[in-house]
Amino acid sequence: MSDSLAALVASTCEEFGNDRTRMMDIVRAIQKEEGCVSSETLDLIAGQLGTYRVEVESVVSFYAFLSSRPKGEVVVRICDDIIDEMKGAENVAAAFAEELGVEMGGTTEDGKVTLERTPCIGMCDQAPAAIVNDVPITNLDESKARAIAKILQEGGAPAHLVTTFGHGNNANDLVRSMVTNNIRKRGPVVFSDFSSGSAIDKALAMTPAEVIRDVKTSRLRGRGGAGFPTGMKWDFTRHSTGDKRYVICNADEGEPGTFKDRTILTECPDLMFEGMTIAGYAVGSDAGIVYLRGEYAYLLPFLEDVLSKRREKGLLGTNIGGKEGFAFDIRIQMGAGAYICGEETALISSCEGQRGDPKNRPPFPAQKGYLASPTTVNNVETFCCVARILDQGPGWFAQMGSKGSAGTKLLSVSGDCTSPGVYEVPFGITLGDFLKLAGGENAAAVQVGGPSGQMVGPDDFGKTICYDDLATGGSVMVFGPHRNILEIAAKFMDFFVEESCGYCTPCRAGNVLLQGHLKRILDGRGEMEDLDYMQKTGETVKLTSRCGLGQTSPNPVLSTLKNFRPAYEVLIKEKKEEGFKAAFDIQEALGDSKGLIGRESTIYND
Amino acid sequence: MSTDKPKVATASLAGCFGCHMSILDIDDRILQLIDLVDFDKSPVDDIKEFTGRCAVGLIEGGCCNEENVRVLQDFRKHCDVLISLGECAICGGIPAMRNNVPLKECFDEAYRNGPSVHNPSGEYPSDPEIPLLLNKVYPCHEVVKMDYHLQGCPPPADTIWAALTALLTDKPVELPYELIKYD
Repeated sequence: MSDSLAALVASTCEEFGNDRTRMMDIVRAIQKEEGCVSSETLDLIAGQLGTYRVEVESVVSFYAFLSSRPKGEVVVRICDDIIDEMKGAENVAAAFAEELGVEMGGTTEDGKVTLERTPCIGMCDQAPAAIVNDVPITNLDESKARAIAKILQEGGAPAHLVTTFGHGNNANDLVRSMVTNNIRKRGPVVFSDFSSGSAIDKALAMTPAEVIRDVKTSRLRGRGGAGFPTGMKWDFTRHSTGDKRYVICNADEGEPGTFKDRTILTECPDLMFEGMTIAGYAVGSDAGIVYLRGEYAYLLPFLEDVLSKRREKGLLGTNIGGKEGFAFDIRIQMGAGAYICGEETALISSCEGQRGDPKNRPPFPAQKGYLASPTTVNNVETFCCVARILDQGPGWFAQMGSKGSAGTKLLSVSGDCTSPGVYEVPFGITLGDFLKLAGGENAAAVQVGGPSGQMVGPDDFGKTICYDDLATGGSVMVFGPHRNILEIAAKFMDFFVEESCGYCTPCRAGNVLLQGHLKRILDGRGEMEDLDYMQKTGETVKLTSRCGLGQTSPNPVLSTLKNFRPAYEVLIKEKKEEGFKAAFDIQEALGDSKGLIGRESTIYND
Repeated sequence: MSTDKPKVATASLAGCFGCHMSILDIDDRILQLIDLVDFDKSPVDDIKEFTGRCAVGLIEGGCCNEENVRVLQDFRKHCDVLISLGECAICGGIPAMRNNVPLKECFDEAYRNGPSVHNPSGEYPSDPEIPLLLNKVYPCHEVVKMDYHLQGCPPPADTIWAALTALLTDKPVELPYELIKYD
């Protein structure tokens, strides 16, 4: 056992107070130094924290960005969501693989570079994209991929791959990123000028109960997609029993096609932090956590800097805004590549230093959340809305949008449209009008709300974007007439099969069954019965899964069955003779045997 | 035997005959059963080939080789209603545990490397009498259309009795919770 490793583990664990609930930070920090969290390291960490090896190992094995086996000094992760694929990610991946001389998932012999795929990294408006260690590289093509591979093989640092910076704060010295914001339409709530502290001042002039009343009056609903009334959630949190309360900001923007929080985090983090601080005041909490997805690690130094500036201004810390006794501070918890952690109870598990497993509900986080204390978990955009509501008044906010959905919504649009990017639009806009804004009016299909949302066709373009009609956390993916709808749905099912945490059977097994039947139909081996089977199985998975992932994962199949049934039916041929199922091929089933035994079948020798 | 009674056929494919034992477990009700039906192709009466159209076919076991496939196909052709009886027919069961092992490794273990194997030539048996194995074990409904599944390992005799009598007397199949509860 090497002494230096033991010393590193000891010092890292001490830095986090030998606190098991900070496991994510501990293993991330050690991996950063060592390249991986080796088997030996797992034991050392467990020893240092006074816990079992399995607790450490279950965390390291759960997250895509953590590894117990050594990887290259640089890990290139190519985004493989459907939009990136449409924009040529396959060719980019092949170019990387060829230039580096490795297979996908492999590491170069000199141990310099590992090549992997990763689900949506929130760069669909500038696809194909990849993250190289923490550095996002966007608008890739084959020749750029080859050039990058060469630089990395020669030992070039990932940060040096960035030669031009994106707009706004992407060019900030602490970000220095080539990511562009692509904010195409600014609105009054999120993308407007804001003076730090103005909303806090107004909130602190009221009692916490009055703040919650104002948030209720504004009719603000959660911007992550589920649309739970924010004021009500805060009220529950405030009135649940507990010594300590927490405010958590869900910045684990993992729904493929969603990248609106990226622009908020880059351009208006102050507004978000202000909203969190107001939430702290309203629910009676002194501690906030931003759960930032691992893919957005490039924004971490910048966000830490914004936080320290707010501390200097007295907008975080003790006696905030001169209010005696009101203390609140925020820490940033990094994720490590797990879609499920966008689900609030899984996110809480992750913050507590565990696998990102969802928890049973009830108790709801507002009753027993982070470390079993009352916790409000809200979306990045929700906190921005809160700050603006306190600043401008609940009436001002409530009069915007539609009947059941007040205010504006950030939509991130990508795919077959001329102006991919982020739009702040009032709720209630029709999908058709929105597509015109984004230059996607020729769409044959639009996925609203990401893979867990709905695939709709032109017949539904008159529907409105709001919680009661077409609900979305922000993702709008546009597909032109030349795209194969079922291949897109199959891609989404691959995603859910990969991202299911595996805890409950309906989600772990049901999604695999749906995936298999969909592939079968795409292969021309499906039968009409398979459609009924998929409908029933999909409904069962929705009904019986434990968390939001499984409760929405059959949607790619169910919504295409509903809105694009002819796309399935044309692939279904007449039944084969001999009573066999269309998917069964006796000669194929006997193929291995015939080869091994060296003779033909005596029964099926046609 | 009267000829106007509906006929029942049964087969055990890649199973252990446990489901057939469970059929026999209906005990003296078998006397009532033969008042209702005639048995056609079945190990119960050792009739080897179908003698005519059957109302119900009960299939135990999944398909692990071409002979299983042929028998199942034959049942589909001759039976109005085909039932997967028990875990192996429905899911592949114990035999399907080999599905994660490549066929060559299965052969090597069985005919070359197994601790009790004596096979100096190292050849795999290739007698045409021995049916070829399928690349994996298939549940019956992946090979032909199956109409019903009766789960259990084996399904209890009372469950088989309730299902069969309901089908044969044209009544809805009612399986109370106790008959389909397995834990």
